[in-house]
Amino acid sequence: MLAYIVRRLLYAIPILIGVNLLTFTLFFVVNSPDDMAVSQLGEKYVTPDAIEAWKQKNGYHLPLFVNGEAEGLGTLTETIFYTKSVKLFAFDFGRSESGRDITTDVRTRMRPSLAVALPTFILGISVNICVALLVVMFHATRLDRFAVMVFVAAMSISTLFYIIGGQYLVAKTWQLVPISGYHTEGQVWKFLILPVMVGVISGIGAGARWYRTLFLEEANQDYVRTARAKGASELRILFRHILPNALIPILTGVVVVIPSLFMGSLLIEAFFGIPGLGSYMLDAIRSQDFAIVRSMVFIGSILYIIGLILTDISYTWADPRVRLN
Amino acid sequence: MSTGLPGCVSLLLTMLVLVGCGEPPWNNPHPENPAGEITYQSMISPRPPKHLDPARSYASDETLFIAQITEPPLTYHFLKRPYELVPGALEDFPQITYSDADGRALDGGDPGVVFVHYTLRLRPDLRYAPHPAFALDERGQPLYLFDSAAAAAQFRNLPDFPERGDRPVHANDLAYAIKRLADPAIGSPMLGFMAQYIHGMAEFTEKLSGIERDGWLNLDDYSMSGLEVLDPLTLRITLKQRYPQFVYWLAMPFFSPIPMEVDRFFHNPGFIERNLTLNWWPMGSGPFMMVKNDPNSEIILERNPNYHPDFFPTEGAPGDAEAGFLADAGKPVPFVDRAVFRIEKESLSLWTKFLQGYYDRSGEVHAHTTGYYDTSFVVGPDGISMSEELKTKGLTMSPDVKPGLYYYAFNMRDPVVGGYTEDKRKLRRALQIAFDTEEYLNIFYKGNAVAAHTLIPPGIPGYLEGEEGLNPYVYDWVDGEAVRKSLDEARRLLAEAGYPNGRDARTGEPLKLFFDVQSQAVSKTSMNWMNRVFAEVGVQIEYRPADWNRTREKLLTGNTQIFSFGWLADYPDPENFLFLLYGPESPLVCKCDGANPANYENEEYDELFRRIRVLPPGAERDALVARSVELWRRDAVWLYSYFPKEIFLNNSWVTNTKRHGISKATLKYVRIDDAQRSRLRREWNQPVTWPLFAGGALFAGLVLPGVVAYRRRQNETATTQER
Repeated sequence: MLAYIVRRLLYAIPILIGVNLLTFTLFFVVNSPDDMAVSQLGEKYVTPDAIEAWKQKNGYHLPLFVNGEAEGLGTLTETIFYTKSVKLFAFDFGRSESGRDITTDVRTRMRPSLAVALPTFILGISVNICVALLVVMFHATRLDRFAVMVFVAAMSISTLFYIIGGQYLVAKTWQLVPISGYHTEGQVWKFLILPVMVGVISGIGAGARWYRTLFLEEANQDYVRTARAKGASELRILFRHILPNALIPILTGVVVVIPSLFMGSLLIEAFFGIPGLGSYMLDAIRSQDFAIVRSMVFIGSILYIIGLILTDISYTWADPRVRLN
Repeated sequence: MSTGLPGCVSLLLTMLVLVGCGEPPWNNPHPENPAGEITYQSMISPRPPKHLDPARSYASDETLFIAQITEPPLTYHFLKRPYELVPGALEDFPQITYSDADGRALDGGDPGVVFVHYTLRLRPDLRYAPHPAFALDERGQPLYLFDSAAAAAQFRNLPDFPERGDRPVHANDLAYAIKRLADPAIGSPMLGFMAQYIHGMAEFTEKLSGIERDGWLNLDDYSMSGLEVLDPLTLRITLKQRYPQFVYWLAMPFFSPIPMEVDRFFHNPGFIERNLTLNWWPMGSGPFMMVKNDPNSEIILERNPNYHPDFFPTEGAPGDAEAGFLADAGKPVPFVDRAVFRIEKESLSLWTKFLQGYYDRSGEVHAHTTGYYDTSFVVGPDGISMSEELKTKGLTMSPDVKPGLYYYAFNMRDPVVGGYTEDKRKLRRALQIAFDTEEYLNIFYKGNAVAAHTLIPPGIPGYLEGEEGLNPYVYDWVDGEAVRKSLDEARRLLAEAGYPNGRDARTGEPLKLFFDVQSQAVSKTSMNWMNRVFAEVGVQIEYRPADWNRTREKLLTGNTQIFSFGWLADYPDPENFLFLLYGPESPLVCKCDGANPANYENEEYDELFRRIRVLPPGAERDALVARSVELWRRDAVWLYSYFPKEIFLNNSWVTNTKRHGISKATLKYVRIDDAQRSRLRREWNQPVTWPLFAGGALFAGLVLPGVVAYRRRQNETATTQER
């Protein structure tokens, strides 16, 4: 297995270079180094000299991809792409365009992201699985048909609706929790209740429907009929027989996102004022902070690759027949 | 039972258990304030400030903090209008003297004047807020100077440093601050601009550019010819040309004293990597000091224990006494002990918290971008007033016309709408008349703006009201008010310009105009409205939406026809607005982001501007300003323009809320009635608990039949199934 993991990690390098290249290209299609300089310098009384000085100071004075004035390897290495990208592979994210250390910010913001994402993830999975199993128990009844209808309706509604509706009812009208914010001094949980609740509820429609489909496939297998014939209770059949056998497709969708939990959620964090990595990314895009955007995309890619590797490993745990070669 | 309900209900129950453990109100987003201290609760929206180093910062959301912490040489009177400068860190206004190239003293009016000297004398009672940079060990050496990053690894935030010290403010600190503006490593936005005026600044920059740096560079080791420290409290700044507006720059944080010790402290090894920089921890001798700067959540200021005696003004503008703005006249300031600014990204959260009493003031309320505006304000014949809901809460409103303007301009180099012939003027004037600015502002800004007849906003010298200030090319003065000229007049002008009924008289082609709009700043409905008004005179419009970067590119290359732009005053002088049409400021001339993207070129205007720039206030200057405005009107350079209004709402426990369009250093005047705030917050935020019980009951009502159905199914036999 170790050889497999090492091989997968090596495969990751060209993927990361590709992702970085794509991010770089997309970002500079929209923003030029001059735009960034003006944005950082304040847009008033900005002289060409000041723009040039800013670019020089921040390493944006070089050509983007190819330096025609340099010689030899320098044509490729004396470019913005190379100088800004190579450090990423050493996990040196450098400083944001506003001068803050990105590694420190990422480390600080990871905690609030996890504080929301982890309970949302665990509760969401648990609730979705429980609901799906219960619906499967009442399969082919009116209750099942009604549930599917509600699932489809729930998944058709935008997450924004759940967020704004939740804020309006629970925080504004009933005044049960703060409408947004996050504080580590004292009662952190009171800021987490609403975003976690919204995160869980908004995911139930799609999640439970997907799991119901997986469980139904298993529910018609011979081993389930055998278990039932042996007198096993419905609950035992659901949790001890169907659930473990439906794990492979569940793991495919679930394990891959576990590492990405650190990255937080753009919408939830923005609306609930959670100072996590999701809102960090959003702010960076808004303020044209390429250093942060590039670092966050890089971290996201790495976490996704780790997620894929973990998924493969989890298959061997869920199904002993699977071998990683 | 089959959907998300169990999850929802169980979470609601969890909420009941968790939240119910505490005393109401449960929705308080703030931690407890320190006992006995009065805390001003405010917000930063939508993003935290990027730069707080006085040398680098040039944005109003950043000045909001720096202005409370630092003390520039001059400041503005809190209450008086038009805006009035008063000494800040100085004992008195700068003493201005003149000399020739050889340093011989001359009279101010002498044409041989080459150098202008500003002598600044600091107040003797200025003292910096306590700071670790001033902490000394038992040998009198700086306590926090480290050889390596590892040696200071335990310090991650400024409050982590247990020892602090302080010292009086010296004139050399002012000089040091100005040298920092010139340091290319800092990247001050003022460098290019100020180097045109301060003697020796450009040379100083050049000198520093050639120095290899490894860590901190003591700027005291390098001299700038325009700076001369005469004694510990006196600095002389020499300008290499007349620039009367320099006094306004002296009221900006760029010129706040910075002690060398602090600069050295923040250059300790490893500090930058931990965000321990002057850019994040501004310091000074102002009324407050920063004790927390977490760009992820909040900024906290606390009263500077070393702040010099300062008092609420005893005079104000007419009407201030009646409005209660002089109730605290002569009392020592600041009134609050702490100010907490929390980051708010979404307007719904911000507004809800304000109405729940968790923010003392609303922040700026925009009519065109804020969804709750329609439900909160009523636009009537007397202007804007609050809705009944807001009035019952006892809120007060602080409206103010901003010293700035927004406009749609013609590109004067465009072959269709640009040019200076009478035909072209008539074409532009016809379009000006067709564009009913008043209706536009009423619909899209809910009356929260004033149509401009001039390019100088109210509150700035040179602004004229009534008939005197009328733009006679677009309006008539009828029964004591300005009335827009008729569409017939617009059609007539259009025909005279060569476009009868909106068609080119030579080709018969319809006149089609191109608007470069910023995608996020213009709505579909406002585009439809503009289509309609121009259709009335037969003109077609095509929009070319783009983001700001693309729009900027078009402006730089002159590739626009009609475009939107805006300007907020740096200082309350007409020169700061007339600048917007100064020929050399055209991006096509200066090859830069010039302030004159309309590319207006008029030799007479440019000459007037050059004279206005160096003339002191007075009748002669006023006449030149009036002539410049007349040229702007005559040449019809802008399609339309307006002065934005800003509205701040204040909870009833906040007083001294008069808005100041230029200065942000007003926190020291704000007063809070803490007892009233606590009482009303409790009263307004009683939780509604029935939904929790109803949710619980619903859960039980759904689960129980399910359990019964399950049990029944489990107990079924083949016989019962058959039956």
